Amino acid sequence: MRSALFSGPPVAAIIFLLLLISPPFLSSFLLTLLTQALIYAILAMSLDIILGYTGLASLGHAAYFGLGAYSVGILATRYGAGFWVVLPLGILLAVAVAAIFGLVALRATGVYFLMITLALGMVVWGLAHRWVTMTQGDNGISAIPRPELGLPLSLAHSIPFYYFALAGFLITFWILRVIVRSPFGQTLVGIRESESRMRTLGYHVWLHKYIGFVIAGGFGGFAGVLWACYNGFVSPVDLQLATSVEVLLMVALGGRGTLLGPALGAAIIVLLKNLVSVYTHRWLLILGVVYIGTIVYAPEGIVGAVRQWARRATPGPLRSET
Amino acid sequence: MKRRIIASLLAVVAVIAVGPSRGWAQKGPIKVGFLTQMTGGGAAVGRDMSNGFTMYIEEAGKQIAGRKVEVIIEDTQGDPAQALTKLRKLVESDNVHAVAGIFLANEGYALAPKVDEYRIPTVWAVVSADDLTQRKPVKWAVRTGWTSSQPNHPFGEYVAKTLGYKKVVTVAADYAFGWEQVGGFQRTFEEAGGQVIQKLWPPLGTTDFGPYLPQIKRDADAVFAVMVAAMALRFPKQYQDAGLKARLPLIGGGTTFDEFVLPSLGDEAIGSITPLIYSAAIDTPVNKRFVKEFRTKYGKVPGYYAEASYSAARWIAEGAKAVGGNVEDKDKFLAALRKVEVSDAPRGPIKLDAYGNPIQTIYVRKVEKKDGELWNTVIQTFPAVSQFWKYKPEDFLKQPVYDRNYPACKYC
Repeated sequence: MRSALFSGPPVAAIIFLLLLISPPFLSSFLLTLLTQALIYAILAMSLDIILGYTGLASLGHAAYFGLGAYSVGILATRYGAGFWVVLPLGILLAVAVAAIFGLVALRATGVYFLMITLALGMVVWGLAHRWVTMTQGDNGISAIPRPELGLPLSLAHSIPFYYFALAGFLITFWILRVIVRSPFGQTLVGIRESESRMRTLGYHVWLHKYIGFVIAGGFGGFAGVLWACYNGFVSPVDLQLATSVEVLLMVALGGRGTLLGPALGAAIIVLLKNLVSVYTHRWLLILGVVYIGTIVYAPEGIVGAVRQWARRATPGPLRSET
Repeated sequence: MKRRIIASLLAVVAVIAVGPSRGWAQKGPIKVGFLTQMTGGGAAVGRDMSNGFTMYIEEAGKQIAGRKVEVIIEDTQGDPAQALTKLRKLVESDNVHAVAGIFLANEGYALAPKVDEYRIPTVWAVVSADDLTQRKPVKWAVRTGWTSSQPNHPFGEYVAKTLGYKKVVTVAADYAFGWEQVGGFQRTFEEAGGQVIQKLWPPLGTTDFGPYLPQIKRDADAVFAVMVAAMALRFPKQYQDAGLKARLPLIGGGTTFDEFVLPSLGDEAIGSITPLIYSAAIDTPVNKRFVKEFRTKYGKVPGYYAEASYSAARWIAEGAKAVGGNVEDKDKFLAALRKVEVSDAPRGPIKLDAYGNPIQTIYVRKVEKKDGELWNTVIQTFPAVSQFWKYKPEDFLKQPVYDRNYPACKYC
């Protein structure tokens, strides 16, 4: 059994409660950042499925984010499609592409997997950049309307949209939590720990990895759909390599294989990036120090470090439980 | 006694807090947000922009129309989503009265709908995407820079008639900025009897032109190049090394040889001819002073990034003066911004057309060496050039925006 702290409901519940009641008290800029953090948290948690639970580092995860976002951009501005049309189509497109990319990428592991996902991510980026008649190239697609859900509150305002993103985040968190705690999720962890042992035990290793990869892609697409609705804009920047790397850092910073960790990492990076850059143009330096500090002092990420600390702090009998 | 002191203190606090708050809001500083890229690949451009902008504000004594001016510079990181976030911050938490800056086309397009939604008076300083003042005009924004095709319209005619080149090959960065410049050039060049016989499109960020240079058709009279940033640093040298410079004169878009890249170039740049809204070598007292001051302050010759941002600050100042400093009245302030006319900007006279884009002088410039430095000597001026050139705006706007395949290459 794991230590109750940070993995169990209390901490998560407190955070969610805070997220739920705080908006009316926050400045609208902070709310903007929190909304962004929630959307990036969905993306980071989806990457955690393959990076944290399955042990496959992908450098192309922004591709699914971009596919979701571009689906919204193209369908909403060209065909005036509503949210309930673009949402499933955006996710479906990301799932379909992940299903194809998975066939190619999962032939490799380790660094080779990293390289292949990098290349595949660049393919999608190139498409966004060069297929100008569809994507408007480097200029990006602007004036994407905020979704109309038929609710009394318009999502054009920041507080309703915040709750909309929060709902998306909670649903994602809940589904992914169910997945990672299911026998399927445990199998993924087993594969991460020792692929050969799992194979010997008779598990279909490739299929498990493949399904995990596709699930991650689908939720990446979901995050992209929300992102496009939120910004009203999508451009190749959203799916470039730097975005993939940033998501990877969010997961590493928060703690791989913890779901809550990547969400926390996303929040920290979004907030740091925006709040620190207000005070200094050297904000990249500070971000760099945070990354290096994490790697040196908390290689398991923030949540990992807290868990370790909690384990050490707990007296003997409890400790033996872990 | 103590209680009385506390009571009177409280009274003072109450008066300060509640009393003249309206009058105070009126007399508080004019807040201006400046959005540009301070980190990443375009950081050097961003610094030129913010330097140009703050230089004007400082020259004005940090005061406009009797009110103090506060400039808040925010980093867009060259990312449209980030630019949007920073716009939100400037408007929602800093409560700025105007926004200026912006470098990249995609940032401009991302901000455009939000600018109208916020109804925040905005001055596009550098971003030159044609459609921001053409097919997708922004009600709440004006521009102090240029549209990408604007300098190239007169230049196309000039190349055909004055330089007498009949066949030209274009080599341009493969994105909207390159397409719009080539499009503007090709249209007027061909209408004046020239022929574009080949169009090459190296991707944005190309630094090795090895695969492109040998493709250039040798029966051309000249090569028209549109390069930006790192591309502009490498292209002229490789062009010379390939033995092309002696055979085919190099002409091109303004950024290929602007003041931003000239200090890093060598003799390979000499003789190249490009058009732009500005040259540091413009021989007027106003510009000479501007160049001298900028050089003393920031240690480099200003290019159009600095000049356009300097003029953007001037624009806001003139607009604010026209409404007596009452920038809180946004509608009047915007109307004033649209009406501003400046006769003595470093680049020369500027006024806005009905779409909010400058009508201004276009300079045809030739790179020459003076006292060991490269300068863009002005060899021809086209005064009062509008973004629509000699075409009627209505007819012009019926055409699609210039892109890779428009105008089509009839003579390829």
